[in-house]
Amino acid sequence: MKGYLTALRAITLREAQRFVHQRGRFLSALVRPLVWLVVFAAGFRAALGLSIIPPYQTYITYEVYIVPGLCGMIQLFNGMQSSLSLVYDQEMGSMRLLLTSPLPRGWLLFCKLAAGVAVSLLQVYVFLAIAAAFGIEMPLRGYVAAFPALILSGLMLGALGLLISSTVKQLENFAGVMNFVIFPMFFLSTALYPLWKMAESSDLLRDICAVNPFTQAVELIRFALYGQLALWPLLWVILGFAAFFGLALLGYDPAKGLRTRRGPP
Amino acid sequence: MRTALSVEDVSYAYGSRTALDGVSFEVGAGRFCALLGPNGAGKSTLFALLTRLLVTRRGRIAVAGHDMARAPRAALSKIGVIFQQSTLDLDMSVARNMSYFAALHGLSGRDAERRIDAALDRLDMAERAGEKVRALNGGHRRRMEIARALVHEPEVLLLDEPTVGLDTAARLAITGHVHDLAEGGLTVFWATHLVDEIRPADDVVVLHRGRVLARETAGSLAGASSLTDAFMAITAAGAPPSVERAP
Repeated sequence: MKGYLTALRAITLREAQRFVHQRGRFLSALVRPLVWLVVFAAGFRAALGLSIIPPYQTYITYEVYIVPGLCGMIQLFNGMQSSLSLVYDQEMGSMRLLLTSPLPRGWLLFCKLAAGVAVSLLQVYVFLAIAAAFGIEMPLRGYVAAFPALILSGLMLGALGLLISSTVKQLENFAGVMNFVIFPMFFLSTALYPLWKMAESSDLLRDICAVNPFTQAVELIRFALYGQLALWPLLWVILGFAAFFGLALLGYDPAKGLRTRRGPP
Repeated sequence: MRTALSVEDVSYAYGSRTALDGVSFEVGAGRFCALLGPNGAGKSTLFALLTRLLVTRRGRIAVAGHDMARAPRAALSKIGVIFQQSTLDLDMSVARNMSYFAALHGLSGRDAERRIDAALDRLDMAERAGEKVRALNGGHRRRMEIARALVHEPEVLLLDEPTVGLDTAARLAITGHVHDLAEGGLTVFWATHLVDEIRPADDVVVLHRGRVLARETAGSLAGASSLTDAFMAITAAGAPPSVERAP
């Protein structure tokens, strides 16, 4: 068991160090949600009226509403980017080194996933700190309760990225997948507008939003930020993680880099 | 002599294209065995099978007595691998690269430090432990990779064309170092297409178009002629041999 944890710690630390050294990635990971918060939300504030819906107990401004969704967006981007680095690692051969370790492959891939989650937690808390500096504060217990929620949502979104990367043939295809996965998931969720608002325009869109796993992740984070447990989203996020990770393991081909390099057989 | 690496009747195909066809050979413990074959002979496929990046149901591979299919983790723990393509993190120091690898094998703390120091020492790399890998030349990077592959004290060292891209001096140094390791009791399996990396006392497995054409010591394979001539004669039946001398 000690060996398992040693590997987990090493892989997580390596990923975190790589992230901190890539200043561009760090900055863009922060600037992206801040632009949404400061520019988009400010413009949207007047256009969108929000009624009191749980977990909120008073009227809230639009900026307050979209903070959990932006936390989710950070993790969604990060999950996709981690799997991008997995594809890159595979083509560059360092993934091959990882896979010749005698630890079980499922565990090694989980370590990669956990490392990505650790990086996303770093990003989310820095973002929450900046949001607090702009006056968008959560209750203190919310920041604590969000920690396990963010781990779970990060794992689920990372596993989704892993699933996508294990089915993508070559690196070039990945940019397309980013656009086809990230944007639909983000816009068809409760990140930017609540379900009832969506229902006003279309019931079908509302239904799509309701079953979107990203919606469940955002709601889990939203309630956790107010110290509340959202049981249904929690269940969906855990199930989503199990399903995505299970399928990713099934679809994972350790020799992919090898074959890509050698060309089609 | 105890067998350290055994490959029995192994075949592998990429779709309809056969890459390996009934490959069998054994490498005795403490031997330096060269896998000699032109480009496209199936060397990289064989390496992928030996490191379990590829899996085949046809045939059996055993490392230090551990069956790769039945006990993959035990078998992998006895192998040290140097891939043709470098797998170093250029922005980390030599020591950090080593300790990351040690952790992947579940080693940490004092034990890992001791093993890392010993491995770097064996390859005369101890004084470079603090340097960033990016600052090392090609030969030293390769040596570092070999040192890294020794950290978990494997029984068999697998090297897939480890001298590709190195200048003559670095090639000679690496070849010498690894021969020394074999003399020290480590089993070495070294894939190459360059005959001058092989010494007369080394074992040679000649692989051509996915099949083993010869298994004996380099000296007896060469006979009265040179190893190059012997190799060309063996592979002449197939495509034009592309065996090369070192630049």
